[in-house]
Amino acid sequence: MDYATLLQILDSTLRLGTPLLFACLAGLFSERAGIFDIGLEGKMLMAAMCSGAVAFLTGSVWLGLLAAIAGSMVFAALHGVASITFRGNQLISGVALNFLASGITVLVAQRLFGQGGRTPPLEGAARFNEITLPFAEALRPVPILGPLYAEVISGHALLVYVAILSVPVTWWVLYRTRFGLRLRAVGENPAAVDTAGVSVKGLRFAAVAITGLLCGLAGAYMATALQAGFGREMTAGRGYIALAALIFAKWRPWQALGACMLFGFFQALALRPDVVTAVVQVKIPVPFLDALPYILTVLVLAGFVGRAIPPRAGGEPYVKER
Amino acid sequence: MTLMKTLLGAAATLALTAGIAAAEPAIIYDLGGKFDKSFNEAAFNGAEKWAKETGGTYKELEMQSEAQREQALRRLAESGANPIVMTGFAFGDTLNTVAPDFPDTKFAIIDMVVDQPNVKSVVFTEDQGSYLVGMMAGLATKTGTVGFIGGMDIPLIRRFGCGYAQGVLAAKPDAKIVLNMTGTTPAAWNDPVKGAELAKGQKAQGADVIYAAAGGTGVGVLQAAADEGILSIGVDSNQNGMHPGSVLTSMMKRVDVAVYNAFTEGTDLKPGVTVLDLAADGVGYAMDENNASLVTPEMQAAVDAAAAKIKSGELKVHDYMSDNTCPAATF
Repeated sequence: MDYATLLQILDSTLRLGTPLLFACLAGLFSERAGIFDIGLEGKMLMAAMCSGAVAFLTGSVWLGLLAAIAGSMVFAALHGVASITFRGNQLISGVALNFLASGITVLVAQRLFGQGGRTPPLEGAARFNEITLPFAEALRPVPILGPLYAEVISGHALLVYVAILSVPVTWWVLYRTRFGLRLRAVGENPAAVDTAGVSVKGLRFAAVAITGLLCGLAGAYMATALQAGFGREMTAGRGYIALAALIFAKWRPWQALGACMLFGFFQALALRPDVVTAVVQVKIPVPFLDALPYILTVLVLAGFVGRAIPPRAGGEPYVKER
Repeated sequence: MTLMKTLLGAAATLALTAGIAAAEPAIIYDLGGKFDKSFNEAAFNGAEKWAKETGGTYKELEMQSEAQREQALRRLAESGANPIVMTGFAFGDTLNTVAPDFPDTKFAIIDMVVDQPNVKSVVFTEDQGSYLVGMMAGLATKTGTVGFIGGMDIPLIRRFGCGYAQGVLAAKPDAKIVLNMTGTTPAAWNDPVKGAELAKGQKAQGADVIYAAAGGTGVGVLQAAADEGILSIGVDSNQNGMHPGSVLTSMMKRVDVAVYNAFTEGTDLKPGVTVLDLAADGVGYAMDENNASLVTPEMQAAVDAAAAKIKSGELKVHDYMSDNTCPAATF
C-alpha cells in the first residue's frame, strides 16, 4: 500500500467516522447520566430526514441543520418523558423510537415529495460543502505532512471539524465543570445527587437534550454533507455501531474519538478490498471487515481488552422515595 | 350486528365478483424500492404507461424485507391478480415453488429464468448494453482509468461489469478498470452512502468515468461523481437528467417495455423465455439534451458502429453468465 492510498483511506475514515463520533458522544452524555439510549439510530434518521426536507424546501443548509436538531430533540424529549418522567424501560422506549423513526421518516418524505421516501437531491447552499483549509495547496509540497494536511485534514464539510472539536468540549464539560460532575454523579449514584439538593430529573433531561442535539448534527451531516438528501434507512445501523464504539471507549470522550475513527477506518477498509488483499496477502471477505467493529466490541465486553464498566445507575429510573 | 354482517358479506361478494370480472395485473418491486430512479422505477414507468393507455388499474407491492417474498407472492396470487409481474432475480427460487400452486395464474419474472408452464421469463443482454457504454467510457476517459460499481455481487451484475470492461478495452486497449461491488446482501441495492464512498475511492485511484450498476446505490455514485467533477454512467432508466453535464450516458434496460408488454398480454401471457437484446431494443444507451455536450459525434459514431456489428452478429460480446468467467476483467 503506497502513501497516497493510505491518505485516501484516512480521508474516507474521517468522513465515515464523523457520524459515528457525533452519535457516540450523544450516547456518552445520555448514558453517563444514567439513561441508556438505543434510540440513537432513530434520532439520526429523523434528523437526516428533517434536514434533507427543510434544506431542499428553503435552500438553506443552516435551516436544515436547525430542523435536524429540532426533529432529533423531539425524539429525545419523547425518550426523556418515557424513561425519566414515567420511569419506563429505557431499552424498550429506545427500540420503539427506532421503529417509529424508521416508518415516519419515509412516510413524511413520501407525503412531501412523492419520491419513494427520498428527499430530492440538494445543491449548492442547501448542502455543507467541502472546506479547503488555509495553506492546503501551499503546504502540499512539504514531504509526508504536506499531502496529509491537504488530503486528509483539509477538504471536509464544516461538520467534520465540529465533530472533532466536540471531543475536547465534551471532555471539558464532563470533567471540568460543575454540570459535568453532577451529570456523572447522576449516572453513578442519583440518590447522592438528590440528597445534595440537585434535581435528578433536571440533570437527566439536560443530558437527553444534549443527546438530541448531537444526534441532530449526526443526521444533518449524513443528509446534507455526506449525501445530498435523505434516503430510506440511510443511517444503516450507524447508531448501533456508535453504541458499540461507546462501550469500546468505556464511556470516555477521547477514547470515543479513537474508537469511532477506528471503526470508521474499518468501514473505509471494507470499501477497498483490493488494498486489504495486497497488504495481508490473503483474500479477506468484505463482510468480515464489516463485522470487525462488532467483534472488537464483544472482545471488550468479554473482558479481553480491559474491562468495560457502564455507569452504575444506567438503565434504572430514579425513584425518590420508596 | 346482523345488518353489519349482511353488509360485510355483500361487500365481500362484490369484491369477489369484481375480481373475477376483470383480473387485475399486479407488479412486485424488489428491495431497491419503487423509486430507485433505476431498475424498479423503470418497471413502475412501464406499469403506469399501461394504466394510462388502457385506463386499467393494477395492484402493486413493494418488498420491504427478504422474508416477505413468498408471502407477498402468494397473497397477490390468492387475491386473483393475473398476470403477476415481479422484478428481480431474487424472486427466482420463490416463484419456482409458488407457481405450481397457482396453475391458472400467469407470472412474469424479469432478470431470471424460471422453468414453469405458467411463467414467462424476461431476460436482457446487459452485456451488450454495457459494452456500448463501456466503449463510450473508454473514449471519454482522459486519465485512462475507468471505474465500475456494482450493487450486490451476483453473476447478473458481473455480466454488466464484464460487458463494460470489454467495451472499455475495445475503445482503449491500455485502459485500467477499477471494479467494486457494494455488498453481498440485498441491502447493497440501497446504500447510496457506500456508493458515494466507493466512487470517491475510485476517483482517488485515477478513475474519471464511473459506471454504476447498483440500483438505488447508484444515486450516491452519480452524486459523488458530480461533486468530484468526474463523469458517471447511469443504469436501467435514463439517469442523464439527474446531474446534467456529469452523467455521460445511461445504459438503458427496457424493463418498462417488458412490464408494459406483460400487462398488455394480460391473462394470455405466453410462457417461456424472452430475450430482449440490442436488436430488439431491449438494451441500449441514452442520448438526450442533458448529455449532448459530453458525447462527441465521433464517440457516438464509434458506438453506433459497434452496436450495428453486435446486432448483425459480427461482434460477439462475452456473456459472463455463460461460463462464469470474464476475459476482460477479474472480479
